[in-house]
Amino acid sequence: MSHFLSPVFEAGFFESDAVRTAVIVGAVVALVAGALGVFTVMRGQSFAAEAFGDIGTTGGSGAFLAGVGLLGGFLAFCVLAAGAMELVGIQRVRGRDLATGIVLSAALGLAALFLYLDSTIHNTTGATITVLFGSIFTIPDSTVPLVAALAVVVIAILLVIHRPLLLSTISSEIATARGVPVRLVGAAYLLALAVAVALCALSIGSILSTALLIGPAAAALRLTNRPGRAILAAGLLGVTSVWLGIVLAYDSYDWPPYGNGWPVSFFVVTIVFAIYLLSGLPGWRERRRANRSGDGSADGTADRWANGAADAPMGRARG
Amino acid sequence: MFSGFMVNAWIVASVVAVVAGLVGFFVVLRGSAFVAHAIPNGAFAGAAGAVLVGVDTIVGLGVFSLLGALTIGLLGRRGRHDAVTALALVMMLGLGALFLSLSSEYEPAVYSLLFGEVLGVSPSELLPTAALAVVCVLAVTLLYRPLMLSSVLAEAGEARGIDSFSMEMAFLVVVALATTMTVPVVGTLLIFSLMIGAPAAARSFTDRPGRALALSVALALMTVWAAIALSYTTDYPIGFFVGSTGALLYALGRGWAAFRRRTGAAGTGGAGAAGTPEAPYATHPPERHTILT
Repeated sequence: MSHFLSPVFEAGFFESDAVRTAVIVGAVVALVAGALGVFTVMRGQSFAAEAFGDIGTTGGSGAFLAGVGLLGGFLAFCVLAAGAMELVGIQRVRGRDLATGIVLSAALGLAALFLYLDSTIHNTTGATITVLFGSIFTIPDSTVPLVAALAVVVIAILLVIHRPLLLSTISSEIATARGVPVRLVGAAYLLALAVAVALCALSIGSILSTALLIGPAAAALRLTNRPGRAILAAGLLGVTSVWLGIVLAYDSYDWPPYGNGWPVSFFVVTIVFAIYLLSGLPGWRERRRANRSGDGSADGTADRWANGAADAPMGRARG
Repeated sequence: MFSGFMVNAWIVASVVAVVAGLVGFFVVLRGSAFVAHAIPNGAFAGAAGAVLVGVDTIVGLGVFSLLGALTIGLLGRRGRHDAVTALALVMMLGLGALFLSLSSEYEPAVYSLLFGEVLGVSPSELLPTAALAVVCVLAVTLLYRPLMLSSVLAEAGEARGIDSFSMEMAFLVVVALATTMTVPVVGTLLIFSLMIGAPAAARSFTDRPGRALALSVALALMTVWAAIALSYTTDYPIGFFVGSTGALLYALGRGWAAFRRRTGAAGTGGAGAAGTPEAPYATHPPERHTILT
């Protein structure tokens, strides 16, 4: 068996602690990111998902400056930024990207200051590189329980708010009419996103964090109209991409330039990107078109989800 | 403050500010803040690739920003615009991580490309920057009317024969051009701040497009000038001053808009929370987010 698989799994793959941690953490992160990502893509808040990674970097460099834990800085800045985005006006659909951009640009300015002070005081810019291109192979064991806690917190928030969140994502008017506190639900979602991205970026780097949040979910939403299925599909696609990426990165130690593996983030991102492209192939599209009622790109989804999210049958969803 | 190498810094920063003010105005108008973040950040990977292959940095930046812009434009036609932007960005960054790991001699330069080194601009960098700036300004001038119409009222533009998709592609290419010219001198983070802060503030100060565009350029110029002066006197990085000035200007703009709304006849106050009848944009369902595709 192991002889048969040896061209795929290089020697020592299953014995390596780093690989085992990467496989477990990667799978947990991919599953959580898949669930959260479906809402993120539906709400059109991919920019926020990406921005929290960079904002976390600001927090990280600030924490480095203050001499406190990296995680504290990441979390504090992401939660603060979520609050700021909410204040600037992320709840208006057209203003979302702008609000995110304003907060991000202020945070990046702060990052420039912190990194400058870091380099004058601590004489290093190594922290920048670590945070920007953090690797899934260098996760310390102490991070594993944190990632598990993250998964529990985010899934718990999603379980509590998923119905009102779904409804207010599809139509804030219907949600408001039904007494859903749209703004509160949106804020709770943004908080979950901030916490999730902070921990993802810290453990696997901000590139992978964005890739796993957006890629599998965007592909899943092109494959199916149903929320449950989309979340499941996004999780599966995410786990597949991470595991495949880990195997390839492990194998790449034998590729040129020898002795220096290719970065795992490159492999995972490439696989995610390929999956997204494949999900748009005509065969899938036609099957999906047959399933949906409207002619707008997501109208069918909207109707179906609105009906699924509401307790009573209702025709107003089409309004 | 105005002698020797500082002269170059003032010139380059002013040129960059004019371009950022012009292009940023359309970025804000079209709600494309994510694109303004993604293209410069992704192009940064191109610089790493250029080092690996052994060509000039600006070539790598140009190729990657154009590729990124085209990818976003083409994929965004069928998919969700922001998700596609995120995917294009991470794909470019993934390639950047690969290039960095293969060349392994690039890391010290990362900081300067991210945060720029406008105080260290050499005279030889002035010419390509200025040339690309002229191209950018010309492109914006030529596109001004159709792009404006297509950005504000895509349907009305279509009715007059202005293809939204071509406008989107043209706009993305202009952003890519602006990126190529600005990133080597001011860094990816600073150009993003300049393209968002000043134009967003300008839009809150006035509703008229022409006036907002002029104000956007003026505010961008003020921002970089203030940032250079402050950076020169305090020794803190320019990026910090640009980022905080942008945020401050935007806060002032919002305050001004709220003040006018309160004193004006149509005053309802507040930013218009989702679902309230006063907020026309709130009534768009999320899938209308990409109004132009």
